[in-house]
Amino acid sequence: MRKNLNVITAYCIMMGLIILVGIFQSWNIALSIFNLCLISAVMTMGANIQWGYAGLINFGIMGYTALGGLAAVLVSVNPVQEAWSVGGLNILISFFLIIGMVLAVRYVLKNYKKSKIRTYIISTIIILGIILIRFVSEPGIEAIEEVNPAKTGFLGGFGLPIIFSWIVGALFAGGLAFVIGKVALGLRADYLAIATLLISEIVIAIIKHEDWLTRGVKNVIGLKRPAPYEVNLQQTDWFINLVEKFNSGKLNLITDFAERQAALNQLVIEGSSVFVKLCYSGLFLVVVIILLILTQKALYSPWGRMMRAIRDNEEAANAMGKNVVKQHLLIFVLGSAIVGIAGAMLVTQDGLFTPGSYRPMRYTFLIWVMVIVGGSGNNFGAILGGFVVWFLWIEAAPIGLYLVNLTTAGLDDTHFLKVHLIESVPYFRFLMMGIGLLLIMRYRPKGILPEKIEIK
Amino acid sequence: MDFLNAIVLLLNYIFVPALAYGSQLALGAIFVTLIYGILRFANFATGDMMSFGTMFTILFTWYFQSVGISLGILPTALLAIPFAIIFMVGYMLFIDQFVFKYYRVNKSPPVQLAMVSIGVMFITQAVVRIIIGPSDRRFFDGEKFLIKAGEFKEMTGLNEGLAIKSTQVITIFITLILVTTLFWFLNKTKTGKSMKAYSDNEDLALLSGIDPKKIVMITWIIAGIIATIGGALYGLDKSFKPFTYFNNMLPIFAAAIVGGIGNPFGAFLGGYVIAFSEIFLTYAYKKFFMYILPETMEPDGLVQLLSTDYKFAVSFSILVIVLLYRPSGIFKGKIL
Repeated sequence: MRKNLNVITAYCIMMGLIILVGIFQSWNIALSIFNLCLISAVMTMGANIQWGYAGLINFGIMGYTALGGLAAVLVSVNPVQEAWSVGGLNILISFFLIIGMVLAVRYVLKNYKKSKIRTYIISTIIILGIILIRFVSEPGIEAIEEVNPAKTGFLGGFGLPIIFSWIVGALFAGGLAFVIGKVALGLRADYLAIATLLISEIVIAIIKHEDWLTRGVKNVIGLKRPAPYEVNLQQTDWFINLVEKFNSGKLNLITDFAERQAALNQLVIEGSSVFVKLCYSGLFLVVVIILLILTQKALYSPWGRMMRAIRDNEEAANAMGKNVVKQHLLIFVLGSAIVGIAGAMLVTQDGLFTPGSYRPMRYTFLIWVMVIVGGSGNNFGAILGGFVVWFLWIEAAPIGLYLVNLTTAGLDDTHFLKVHLIESVPYFRFLMMGIGLLLIMRYRPKGILPEKIEIK
Repeated sequence: MDFLNAIVLLLNYIFVPALAYGSQLALGAIFVTLIYGILRFANFATGDMMSFGTMFTILFTWYFQSVGISLGILPTALLAIPFAIIFMVGYMLFIDQFVFKYYRVNKSPPVQLAMVSIGVMFITQAVVRIIIGPSDRRFFDGEKFLIKAGEFKEMTGLNEGLAIKSTQVITIFITLILVTTLFWFLNKTKTGKSMKAYSDNEDLALLSGIDPKKIVMITWIIAGIIATIGGALYGLDKSFKPFTYFNNMLPIFAAAIVGGIGNPFGAFLGGYVIAFSEIFLTYAYKKFFMYILPETMEPDGLVQLLSTDYKFAVSFSILVIVLLYRPSGIFKGKIL
C-alpha cells in the first residue's frame, strides 16, 4: 500500500478534478472528458507498450486510430445491396488480384537469388498488377460511387453490432503494423519515427479519397450504438421514475403540478444524455481494465523481462539468444492493435466517422505527450498521462480565458490587445502542452509516475 | 506545331510549378539536414519554425505597406525578409539556449532531442497562432505575372499559353543564390569547413580546436536564414497558413532523407526529386497525348497515373522505397 501511495494520490487528484468539472461546469462535460480520457488512456497504453517496453518509436498512431475507425464503419453499417450488385464483383476481383500480386512477389523473392533481374521482375509485376487492378476496379468504383451518392455511394459494411469492431479494428491495425514493421523496423529510432509518420499520412490519404470504401470526406454518420438512444430513454417509464427518485428532494419543493412536470422533463432530458455517457464509460472502463491487467501481467512475465533486456541493450539480448527482430515486430503489432481498439472506440462513441478530422497533431503528437508526461514504461503512468493531458487539452481554453482576463484586467474591454488575446484563447492549449512537455522532459524525464521495476 | 504545343503544356503545368515548389522544399530540406548533421537530431518543429519566420516577414510587410514603402514591381516582402531573419535568428538562439543546449551538453540520445523538438513545435505553433491567427493570409504585392498565358499565346501563335508567375521566378532565383552562397561557405571558408568536420566527427573536431559553441551558433544562424527565406518564398508563391506549414514538414523530411540526410547538396536535389515526382505522377496527360498522338489514337480517360489527392502519398512512397533499397539516401548521407 505504502509503495503505491503516489499512484493512488495521483489518480485521486485526477478524479477529483473531473468531479470538480462536474460540479462547476456540468456532469455532461465531465463525463465526456472522462470518456475521452479513457480512450486516450487506451491509445497511450498502446504507445507505451512500444516505447516503454521496447523502445520503439511509433509516430503512426494516427493511422492506426483511423483504421480502427474504419473497422467500426465496415462492421456496423448495413451492406448497400445495390452497390454490391453493380460493382461488388469488380472490387472482389481486384482484391484477389492484389493477393495474387503479393503472392507472386513473395514467390519471386523466395525462389530467386538477389540480382538486378529479380528487382526488375518484381517491379514489372507490381507495375503490371497496378495497371490491371485499375483497369478492373475503375468501372466498379465509378458504379458504386454513383449509387445514391448523397446517402450511400459506398459498399457499406456487414451490419453487425458495432462492439465487434473493437476486435476487428485491432486486427486491421495489427495487420498494417505487421506490414510497416516488416518494412521499417530496423531503421534507427528517429528514422523510424519519420517513416511511420509518413506512412500514417498515406493511410489517411487512402481513407480520405477511396470513397467506395469509406465515403471519404463525405463522412459516415449515424452509426449504430452499443448504448440506448437518448430519445428512446426519455420515453421509458423506468428511466423517468429513476430520474424522479434521484431528484425527489428538488422536485418536492415545487408545488405547482405543471411546473413540476416541466422541471422533471428538463431533468429527464439532461439525465438521458448523462446516462448514455455513463453506459459508454462503463464499456470503456471494462476495456481499460482488461488491457491494464493484460499489460501488467505481460510486464512482469519472462516476456516482459526479455523486452526490457532488448530495450536496454539490444546486442546483449541478441547474444543471449533472443530474436530481437521478431520480438520488435511482435511488440509493434501488439501496440498498434491496442491503438486500433481505441480508434474503433472513438468512432463508436462519436457515432460518426470523419476521415478529414484525423490530424497528426491531435492523434500522434498529443498521444506522445501523454506517454512522456505520464511515465513511459509504467502502465499506470501511461493511463494517468492520458487523463492529465486530455483534461488539460480540454480545460486549457477556460484556464487560458481566465488568465487573459486576469492579466489584462487593467485594460479596457475594447482594447485591441485584449480582444486579440481573447480571440486566440483556443491556441493556449498548444502553448500549455509544449511548455508542459518541455518541463517534464527537463526536470522529470521519466514522467509523473516513473517506471519502477520490482525484481521479485 | 502540335509538338511545340505539347512541350509548352508540360512546361506550364509541370516544369515551372515543380521547379518553384522544388526550390521551396529544397530550402526546407537543407534546414532539416543542417540541423541533423550538426546538432544531430530530427527537428520536428521544422514546419513551424518556417511559419514563425514567415509570420515576421508578413508583419514587416504590413508595416512597410502602412508607411508606404514598396519595391515597385517586386513584392515588398523581399524588403521585409532581412528584418524577419533578425527576429527568427534571435528566436532560434533563444530556444537553443533554453531548450536544446541542456540535452546537447548532457549528450542525450537523439530520440530525446527529437521529443524535445516536439515540445518546441507545440510552443512555436501556439505563438504563431496567438500572434497572427490561424487563417489564410496573402501578402503578395507587386507585379503578379512575368509572362501571362494570353500574351504568350499572342507572341508565339501557339494554342497553349505559358504563364510564369513572378513569384516563381523570384523563388528559383533566390534559391539558387542562397544555395550557391551556402555551398561556397561550407566548402571554402574556414568556419564552413570546421562545421563539416564537426558534423563528420565531433571528437576529432574538438581535438583540433574547433569551438563547438561557435559551430552550434552559426548553424542556428544559417538555419534561421534558410528557414525564413524558404518559408517566406512559399508564402509568397502560395499563401501563408500555419497549418499548411506544419504539413509541409512531411514532404520536407522526405526530401531530406531521399537526398541523404546530413548532406546539404543531397537535400537540395532531394527537394526537386520530391516536387517533380509529385507533379509528374499526378498530372493528367490527356491533353498532352492529344497533341502528340494522331487523332485516331486519342486517349479516352484522363491518362493520370494517380489522382491529385495522392500528391503527398507519392513523396512518402518514394521515401519508403528509398528507405528499403538505399537507406543512406540517393546521395550518400549519414546512415541512420
